[in-house]
Amino acid sequence: MVATVFIGAAAGFAGDRTDAAGPVADALASCPGPRFLMFETLAERTLALSQLDRQRDPDRGFSPALDRFVGPVLARCLRDKIRIVGNFGAANPAAAAARIQGMAREQGLPEPRIAMVEGDDLTGVLLPDELAARETGGSILRGATKVVAANLYLGAEPIARALDQGADIVVTGRVADSALALGPLIHAFRWKYDDWDRLAAGTLAGHLLECGSQITGGYFADPPFKNVSGMADLGYPIAEIDADGGMVITKPAGTGGRVDRFTVIEQLLYEIHDPSAYLAPDVVLDVTDVMVEQLVPDRVRVTGARGKPAPETLKATVCVDGGVLGEAEISYAGPNAAARARLAAEIIGARMRKRAPGLVFRIDAIGVVSVLGENGGTLSRQWNSDLPDVRLRFAAQSATVADVELLLDEVEALYCAGPAGGSGVRRRVTPRLASASCLIERNFAAPRVTMLGGRP
Amino acid sequence: MTLETVTLHEVANARSGDKGNRLNIALVCRDPAYYPAVAEQITAERVAEAFAARRPSRVVRYDLPKLSAFNFVLDDVLEGGVNSSLGLDGHGKSLSFLLLEIPLRIAKQGGGKS
Repeated sequence: MVATVFIGAAAGFAGDRTDAAGPVADALASCPGPRFLMFETLAERTLALSQLDRQRDPDRGFSPALDRFVGPVLARCLRDKIRIVGNFGAANPAAAAARIQGMAREQGLPEPRIAMVEGDDLTGVLLPDELAARETGGSILRGATKVVAANLYLGAEPIARALDQGADIVVTGRVADSALALGPLIHAFRWKYDDWDRLAAGTLAGHLLECGSQITGGYFADPPFKNVSGMADLGYPIAEIDADGGMVITKPAGTGGRVDRFTVIEQLLYEIHDPSAYLAPDVVLDVTDVMVEQLVPDRVRVTGARGKPAPETLKATVCVDGGVLGEAEISYAGPNAAARARLAAEIIGARMRKRAPGLVFRIDAIGVVSVLGENGGTLSRQWNSDLPDVRLRFAAQSATVADVELLLDEVEALYCAGPAGGSGVRRRVTPRLASASCLIERNFAAPRVTMLGGRP
Repeated sequence: MTLETVTLHEVANARSGDKGNRLNIALVCRDPAYYPAVAEQITAERVAEAFAARRPSRVVRYDLPKLSAFNFVLDDVLEGGVNSSLGLDGHGKSLSFLLLEIPLRIAKQGGGKS
């Protein structure tokens, strides 16, 4: 009978710190019970970008940071029976599994048992117009003839199944982030698929862990109101979950950061809409009565998650081509910088009215009014005339590169044909993906678990 | 009782999250004593007003008294979301601090450091 399961989180997004796993694995190694290390590396767009990678090279299409995330802890995890669960398979779990096998070989380790979870990819299952008919809260897919990526959010069942089959490492593509924790809990505690309160508790554990350090002091500091020490060496979280679904959130000893009521509550509500109905593939989580209680420094007890039956449909994210984003920046500094920047903005406005009257563009004055500005034309707002250093940013989006380059060319031309002292032009064109959410009937979900290699 | 005006930033923590064109901001009181004042003054209507420039189509406030927290959900405020916004912060990550600029009248007392 398992009393407590220990789950550490070593990554909360594709670009997370790749040296975070070490201290978490070290701490898990001495935990008295089943231990798991989860990696969440897939943002909404990441999977579509991976799909494009795979189209270019059939051996790619998984997390480009896979080696850096898993490589440093692979030996330790296999030795200390810390089972790894990660969605770093992205658009190509099979290739990611093969790569981990390769890493094990290169490091002279015994061949691990690696499970691949597939079945999230809908591109061969539903046609673009069938996806469009299932779009919710928008009409991005209307009339689309080609999708870049369409992926269901699978639940915890295939992960639990893979662990039941003895996987040392479970590689998934798109699954609900929280399933990376719920799967191991269902496996270890034999929770039933209609035990809604426990499934809710496991989903809550996953939700609290899925952003890595966002619960241990990351994305929190606001000195002197909210102080976090040791942010250069933040400890990533470990959840200790008991069979009834109560849990303690903590972090490895000797690491930076903090775990207290405030860091936990901010993450608890992160990306939640209705707190009584957080939809996951396996359960609807209600956090309304969750209690968050500090036990000792860096140990917080979380209890009271409630569950309701799983939603009838599954969410899918569908990405289509979104044209290109063009951005160009130029600086004005020193005496009267603001007046010269304002003149530059006026010049661009006049030039664009003449050359590309249909192209919507935005102007920001970085450091003055940019991230909190509502839209183009904000330069009239909060414009302080004695600023010594103003960086203007211009941005436009279009289906074609040529359209946005009209704007970027005009900004670059300010070098000679603009106000005095314009400097440091940088320009960039970035391909964009437009993403839509769809609700998909469950009969289209047939998750497959395939085992690769390993000891008999 | 003497009242003073502070900003939410002085008494509460906030974190933004996005899903498509929808933004949520969790607002967490640093001391449960502030909860009633926030509940009374920082209504969905007040938040809609603070975000008027982004033209929210709907603002809902969910109350979490056991956590001394609120969750605000604002629809259609992210210029279409991270994949279509022309702005630098397509996720709306910085917008928690726009919420924290809102003034709050509270009973006069000491600071709210955590």
